[in-house]
Amino acid sequence: MSSRSTSALLYLSGVTVSFDGFKALNNLSLLVEPGEMRAIIGPNGAGKTTMMDVVTGKTRPDSGEVVFDGRADLTKLDEASIATLGIGRKFQKPTVFENHTVRDNLVLALAGLRKWHSLLLAQPSKAENDRLAEILAIIRMEEQQHMLGARLSHGQKQWLEIGMLLAQDPKLLLVDEPVAGMTDVETETTAQVLREINRTHSVVVVEHDMSFVRALDVKVTVLHEGSMLAEGTLDQVSADQRVVEVYLGR
Amino acid sequence: MPFLRPLAMLLPALASMLASGLIAATAFAADLPALVGALTTGSFGDRETAIGALAASGEQRAAPILEALAAGQLYVRKSDNLVLIGKPDGNQLALSEAISGKSAGSGSEAALDRVRVNNRLRGVIEAAVGSLTLMSPDAKVRREAAEALFKRRDASSLSALDAALAAEKDPRIKRAMSEARAASVLASDAPTSQKLDAIALVRERADRDSLGVLEATAGSATDPEIKTAAAAGASAVRQTLAAWEAAQNVWYGISLGSVLLLAAIGLAITFGTMGVINMAHGEMVMLGAYTTFVVQEIIRTSAPHLFDASLLIALPLAFVVAGGIGILIERGIIRFLYGRPLDTLLATWGLSLVLQQAVRSIFGSSNREVGAPSWMSGAFQVGQINVTYGRLWIVVFSLIVFVALIALLRKTPLGLYMRAVTQNRPMASAMGIRTPRVDALTFGLGSGIAGLAGVALSQIDNVSPNLGQGYIIDSFMVVVFGGVGNLFGTLIGALTLGVVNKFLEPYAGAVLGKILVLVFIILFIQRRPRGLFALKGRSVE
Amino acid sequence: MITRFLWQGMDRSLRLFVLLVLAIGVALPLLNQLTPPDSAFHVPAWLLQLMGKYLCYALLALAVDLVWGFCGILSLGHGAFFALGGYCMGMYLMRQIGSRGVYGNPLLPDFMVFLNYKELPWFWYGFNHFWFAMAMVVVVPSLLALALGWFAFRSRVTGVYLSIITQAMTFALMLAFFRNDMGLGGNNGMTDFKEILGFSVQADGTRAVLYFASAVALALGLIVSAAVVGSRFGKALTAVRDAESRMRFLGYRVEGYKLFVFVLSAAMAGIAGALYVPQVGIINPSEFSPANSIEAVLWVAVGGRGTLIGPVIGAFIVNFGKTWLTGALPEVWLFALGALFIVVTLLLPKGVVGLWGQLKARSQAKKARAPA
Repeated sequence: MSSRSTSALLYLSGVTVSFDGFKALNNLSLLVEPGEMRAIIGPNGAGKTTMMDVVTGKTRPDSGEVVFDGRADLTKLDEASIATLGIGRKFQKPTVFENHTVRDNLVLALAGLRKWHSLLLAQPSKAENDRLAEILAIIRMEEQQHMLGARLSHGQKQWLEIGMLLAQDPKLLLVDEPVAGMTDVETETTAQVLREINRTHSVVVVEHDMSFVRALDVKVTVLHEGSMLAEGTLDQVSADQRVVEVYLGR
Repeated sequence: MPFLRPLAMLLPALASMLASGLIAATAFAADLPALVGALTTGSFGDRETAIGALAASGEQRAAPILEALAAGQLYVRKSDNLVLIGKPDGNQLALSEAISGKSAGSGSEAALDRVRVNNRLRGVIEAAVGSLTLMSPDAKVRREAAEALFKRRDASSLSALDAALAAEKDPRIKRAMSEARAASVLASDAPTSQKLDAIALVRERADRDSLGVLEATAGSATDPEIKTAAAAGASAVRQTLAAWEAAQNVWYGISLGSVLLLAAIGLAITFGTMGVINMAHGEMVMLGAYTTFVVQEIIRTSAPHLFDASLLIALPLAFVVAGGIGILIERGIIRFLYGRPLDTLLATWGLSLVLQQAVRSIFGSSNREVGAPSWMSGAFQVGQINVTYGRLWIVVFSLIVFVALIALLRKTPLGLYMRAVTQNRPMASAMGIRTPRVDALTFGLGSGIAGLAGVALSQIDNVSPNLGQGYIIDSFMVVVFGGVGNLFGTLIGALTLGVVNKFLEPYAGAVLGKILVLVFIILFIQRRPRGLFALKGRSVE
Repeated sequence: MITRFLWQGMDRSLRLFVLLVLAIGVALPLLNQLTPPDSAFHVPAWLLQLMGKYLCYALLALAVDLVWGFCGILSLGHGAFFALGGYCMGMYLMRQIGSRGVYGNPLLPDFMVFLNYKELPWFWYGFNHFWFAMAMVVVVPSLLALALGWFAFRSRVTGVYLSIITQAMTFALMLAFFRNDMGLGGNNGMTDFKEILGFSVQADGTRAVLYFASAVALALGLIVSAAVVGSRFGKALTAVRDAESRMRFLGYRVEGYKLFVFVLSAAMAGIAGALYVPQVGIINPSEFSPANSIEAVLWVAVGGRGTLIGPVIGAFIVNFGKTWLTGALPEVWLFALGALFIVVTLLLPKGVVGLWGQLKARSQAKKARAPA
C-alpha cells in the first residue's frame, strides 16, 4: 500500500521502536482520517506515549513509515517542523509557561511567527489582538490575562493550555491523558471541550479512564505491547476476548 | 663514521699482537706479577705486548689493574717498586696493592710514579678488559662485557669474542656474544659473505643499538651488496623499533588512562548515577592525597619500620576522610539543591574553593613530599618497554577499585538500593528504602573513591592544594565521553583518552595534545551528547 | 523602528538605572579632571581606574546573565570571550608601540623579537588599524560562540553538559594561549602599552575617556539587552529557558534563539574585555582561567539572575568585596568567595535584587494589612 495515495491525515505503518532490546512499539500501524477523533487505550507500557513521541518527532522509529496529510514524512523532521506542519500536542501534566502571563502564553502559541529573527522586531498586529481576545473569551480568562502562569490553579492551567491549542490551531491534536486526576464534573467538561475542538480539528486522545472514553463516543484503538490489539467502538473492543485478557489478566 | 677508517688500518697490528699474546699466555699464565711488572716498564710498544699477554692470561685479577691503568690510577712506589692502585681521597691517594688487592694505606703522589699511558694504549686496554671480562666466572659480568663490545663494534675484539664463544655455556650470553661478534665483524675487513651473515644477526636483535650498527655499516660500507643489506636491515629494525615505541606509548596511555579512571570513577557514581554534579570532586582526591601525607608523617616520626605499609594504611583512612566529608557535603548542601543542577554546580565550586583554602591554611601552599614505598620504586623491561613499578601498581590498583565497585553495585544490598533509587526514586521510596540515606551513602561512596584515587595520585603528582583542580575537567570529560551512568563506559573512556593523549604527544607536544583531546571531546559530545555507551531510555528527559 | 525597539524593553526603573550609570560615567571623570587634588570632591586616578575595571566586569556579568538568567544556558566560558576581546585590543596596542619597544623593532612586538620571529604572523595583519581591531573585538568572540553554539545547540547539549563544555573550551584556550608558539605573547601575555589612538594610555585624560567609554558601553549593553529581552523574542527566550521541549512542540526551533543570544552575549563580553585591557594595562592567558569565568557567574548570582540590574549590582558588590578583602585579609578571600557561592545558591537564589523585591513585597503586605 502506498502511503502517498492514502487520504488519511495520519498514517503509521510498521513502526518499530526499541530501547535496549525492549520493543516499545512493535510493527504498529494506525490510520486517522481527517476530521476524526480517535481514542487510544491500553495498559501501562502498551506504547501509547511512545507513539505520541514518534508522531511529534521526539523519538525516531527504528523502522516504519509515519506520514502526515498524505505528504510529509514525519520520521525525517524535527519537533519544530512537525509542529509547524500542524500537529499539536497536549501533555498529561498541564505545561504552561509559568513565568509568562496568560496573554503571553497565548501569544507564544499563536500560529504564525516562529523564527527568531522575525520575533525580534515583531509588533502585535490587529488580527492577532482580535484572535487573542476571541480565545480569552472562549476559555473565560479575560480577567486573568495578566496573571503569571505560575499563579494559576490546576483547572485554570488546563483551560489556558486548551486556549494555547486553539491559538496554535493545529490540523491534528494529540492529547495525552487529559483527565488524569480530574473530578467527574471536570472530566465531563473536558469531554465536551474536546468534542467542540473536534468540530474543526482532528484529535487523537490517549486515555486510561474508560468512562471518559465512553463519554467521547468515538472509534477506539487498543494498544498492547507496542502493537494494535483491537479497533472499533468501545463496546466492540470491550467484547473482544483478548482485550479483556490484557486488561483483567489471565 | 670517519673514525672507523683509522681503526680498520690498526686492525692487522692488533690482531697479530693478540695472537702473540695468546701464545705468551701459555708461557706466563701463572706469572701475574711478572706480567703486571711488564706493564710498568719499557716502551709503549712493550707495554702493549704486556697488555695483550695479560688479556690472554684470562686472569680475572688483571681486569681492575688494567682499568686502573687506563684511568691513570696505576702507580709504582718509588721506595720498593711495588705496583699500587691509587684512588683519589681528598688530596691524598687511597692505595691498594695491585695484585693482591690488599689495602696499602694512603700516600701522596710525590712518593709514587704514575704509570703513563697514551690514547692508543687506552684503546688497547679497553679491548683487553673487554676480553678479560668475557671470560669472567660471573655471568652478569660476561653479559655486560658482550653488550659493551656490541656497542663498541671494534674488530680487535674478534679473537677475544671467538675464544669466549668457544668457552661459553649459557645460551643467552652466547647469543649476546655472537651479536657482539657480528658487530665486530662488520667493523673488520672480513669477507662479504661473513658480513652479510653478521648483518642478518644484528638485524634480528632489533633494538636501538643494532640500528646504530646497521646505520653505521650502511654509511661506511663500500661493497654495494653490504650497503643494501645493511640499509634494508636498518629499515627493518626501524620498523620493529616503531612498533615497540607504539607499544610503549600504549603502556604510557594505559598508565595515564588508569589515573584518569581513578579520578573519574568516583565522579561516575556521583554524576553518572546520581546526576549530582560535584565540582569539589577534585578536592576529594586532594584530601586523599593529604591523608597519605599525614599518615606518612606520623609513620616517619613514630614508626619508621612501617613506611613500606604507609600506602596500605592510608587507603582506608583516605576513603573514610573523603567519604565522610562527602556525606557532610551531601547532607549540608547538595540535598537542598536536588533538581537544580546548575546551582549544585555553583555551590560545589564554592565548596572546592573553601576546601582548597582550608588545606592551604593548614598545610601551606607549597608541595608536600609523599614518599614511595620500596615496592613501588624501580622499573623493569618487557621486551623494549620500560615499566616502572609505581605506574604498574597504579594500573593494578585502578582496576581493583573498578572491579570492587562493580561488585559492590551488583552484589550488595547497598548497591541494590542505589540502583533502585537512581532508577525510580518514588517507587524506591514507596518500597521502604530510605532514599535520603541512600543518597548520602552513594555520594559518600563516590567521594570515598576519590579519596582512594588521592592516595594513588600522591605517588605521581605534586601534593598541593591545587592537586584536585587539575583533574576535575579531565574527569568530567571521561565520564561524559564514556557515557553517563555507565561504569564500563567510564573504563573504556578513560583508557581511550589516555592512549589517544599519549599518541598525540610525540606529534603535537604535551600541551597541544591535551588541547586536541579537549577539542575532540567537545566535538564528540556534540555528535553523541549521551557519550560513547549511552543508555537509551524512554524517559531521558 | 529601531529606537522604538530599543526603548520598548525598558521599564521605568531600568531607565533610571541606565541614566544613573551614565551619570556616574560622566561625573567621576569630571570630578577627577576638574577638582584640585586636595578637594573633598576629588576622585583620585586609582579610584577611576578601579571603577573602570568594575564597569567592564559589570558588562561581562550582564553578558553572562543574558544567556544564563534569560535562556538558562550556564556558560562557564564567558571569560574566554572577555579575554579574546581583550587580546584583540592588546594586539592593537602592541602594534601602536612601534619601534619604542626594548628591541626597537618597528614591526615586531618585543616578545616576537625575543622568540626569534622573522616576520609578523598573518593573524597580526590589520591590527595596526584601530577600526580593524575594534571589529575583531566583536567578530572573534562572536565567531567562537557561533561555532560552539551551532554545534552544541543543534545536538541539544544542555544543562551541566553545556556548562562543562564551555569550561573545557576556556581551559583549552588557556593552555593554547600559554604556548609561545601561538604568537600571542605566551604566558607573559601583552603589556607595556604606550598609546591608544595616539593618546598615552597612562595619561589621566585617556583614563577618564576610557572610563567614560566603559560606562557608555555598559549603558548600551543594558539598553540592547532590555530591548532583546522585552521583545517577543525575549518572551520566547524565557519560555525556552523554562520549558524547552514545550517550545519545540509549539513549533519553535529553539536552536536559533539560543544561538542568537549566545553570540550577542559573547560579543558583549568581548567588548567588555577590550575596554578592560587598556585600563589595567595587561592581558595574559590567566584571563582564560576557568575560575575567572565562574566568578563572573557568581556576580550574576549575587546580584540576581534573570534581571538586568542584578548582574551590574552583583559585579560591583563582589568586586568591592574582593578588592577590600584581598587587601585587608588575603587569607580570608577564598573562604569568603567559596562561602558566597554556597550561601547565594542555597539561600538567595534570586540574588540581592530578588531579596529587595521580597522585602518590598513584605512591607507592602504589612502596609496593606495595617489599616484592616
